[in-house]
Amino acid sequence: MNNLLDQVKQISEQPIEQCYHCHKCTAGCPVVSAMRYGPDRLLRMLALEQEEPLLSSRDIWLCAGCYSCAARCPNDIDLAAVMDALRQIAMAQGYPAGEPDALLFHRLFLRVLSVFGRSHEAAMLGLFKVLSHVPLMNDVGAGIGLFLRGKVPIIPKRSGAAADVRQIMQRSK
Amino acid sequence: MNYCLYPGCSLHSTGLEYGLSSRAVLKHLEFEINELEAWNCCGASSAHALSHTLGLALPARVIALAQSAGGDLIVPCAACFNRLKGADHTLRTDQAQRIQIQSLVGFEYREGLSIRPLLAVLYEDYGLQKITAQVKIPLNGLRVVAYYGCLLLRPPEITRFDDPDHPQVMAALLTALGAEVQPWSYATECCGAGLSLSRADIVQKLVGRLAERACEAGAEALVTACPLCQVNLEMRQTCAPKLPAFYFTELLGLAFDLPQAESWWPKHLIDPRPLLSSLGLYRIPEPVQYFQPDMF
Repeated sequence: MNNLLDQVKQISEQPIEQCYHCHKCTAGCPVVSAMRYGPDRLLRMLALEQEEPLLSSRDIWLCAGCYSCAARCPNDIDLAAVMDALRQIAMAQGYPAGEPDALLFHRLFLRVLSVFGRSHEAAMLGLFKVLSHVPLMNDVGAGIGLFLRGKVPIIPKRSGAAADVRQIMQRSK
Repeated sequence: MNYCLYPGCSLHSTGLEYGLSSRAVLKHLEFEINELEAWNCCGASSAHALSHTLGLALPARVIALAQSAGGDLIVPCAACFNRLKGADHTLRTDQAQRIQIQSLVGFEYREGLSIRPLLAVLYEDYGLQKITAQVKIPLNGLRVVAYYGCLLLRPPEITRFDDPDHPQVMAALLTALGAEVQPWSYATECCGAGLSLSRADIVQKLVGRLAERACEAGAEALVTACPLCQVNLEMRQTCAPKLPAFYFTELLGLAFDLPQAESWWPKHLIDPRPLLSSLGLYRIPEPVQYFQPDMF
């Protein structure tokens, strides 16, 4: 099964070919102004097997997963699920992420989960600040503000979930 | 009725005051709540972005815990609620995935676990009438907009909560407290969610528009039920006047005159105390004078 459309359908379980390009998804997308193509054109590119520009686009990493498109689609296509599938295929095929910091965020988040079983904002924010392309001093004020209000605890709580989560993550690979 | 609570990661960190106020309100209303033991993260927006299986398996473990704990599962966080409901839907309707996830997590899925947002539990099980009867300090003059964000309502066939286009529950609760809920069209717009760190520019634009429209509607604050929305709203507003974003549970606690309420306000990045004291809803404590002006 090499066909990209089939792969996306298999992962996302969405009736993609039913799209008749009414543009409702694009019209309602909150991040479309930062995208290059927009959700509707991504589906067209998928139908036309334009694999390279599709999988290397920043658009698939910019989707905020708000489900506005999914709620409005007259053909019940959950485009957020399609975006997830496209990201996973892009990674599996070794395409560099069109929005590297978004991928870095997800990777760090899961790395932190594999250690603590839960999110740990202090570790997450610190690592992201150092490793991302976002200028180091951006958001430092807000970060300190959160810390002073006790909202980014440094010492993680022992949850008893960490070992289970690690096991689940290993088995999910 | 029996309930268990899945707080999720945010209610112990960036949404600290949501966790504190939720517990205080539930305790005040005499709900019997057991917090799930050894709960894990639901995977948030990252697990399902990078791995379909992991995006189902992490919430499935929480569902497994809730199944053995018994009772309805209360989920205050909108994002956790969405992930849990989504996984529950897949486990119920998709046999192949159910078998895979069951063996991966090591549990047997049983239909019938009720996963509910805190808003729904208070509105449906406790009821507006009894909430109104509990109000000691009516929030008269507090003009707010009810902001739901995305994940409590969408996709509607999965969340099955309130009206996805014109949600009513939060406004009804706040009105019962005496607050003046302003009508507006942005209750279900996205705040930018997890893009906040990697693309702050996008989130600033979205949050800026929300604050502007809330102002236009005549509101002096936004009210949310989502810890990610709340932190984005308070962290990413750049233009004055900056509107504070309350959790609906904080306003419940305030109206019930819970003494803990005072400890929630300092946790906000945008201090709501000037607004509250202008309405007589917050008494400014005498400042502690460490240094006297004539000391030196």
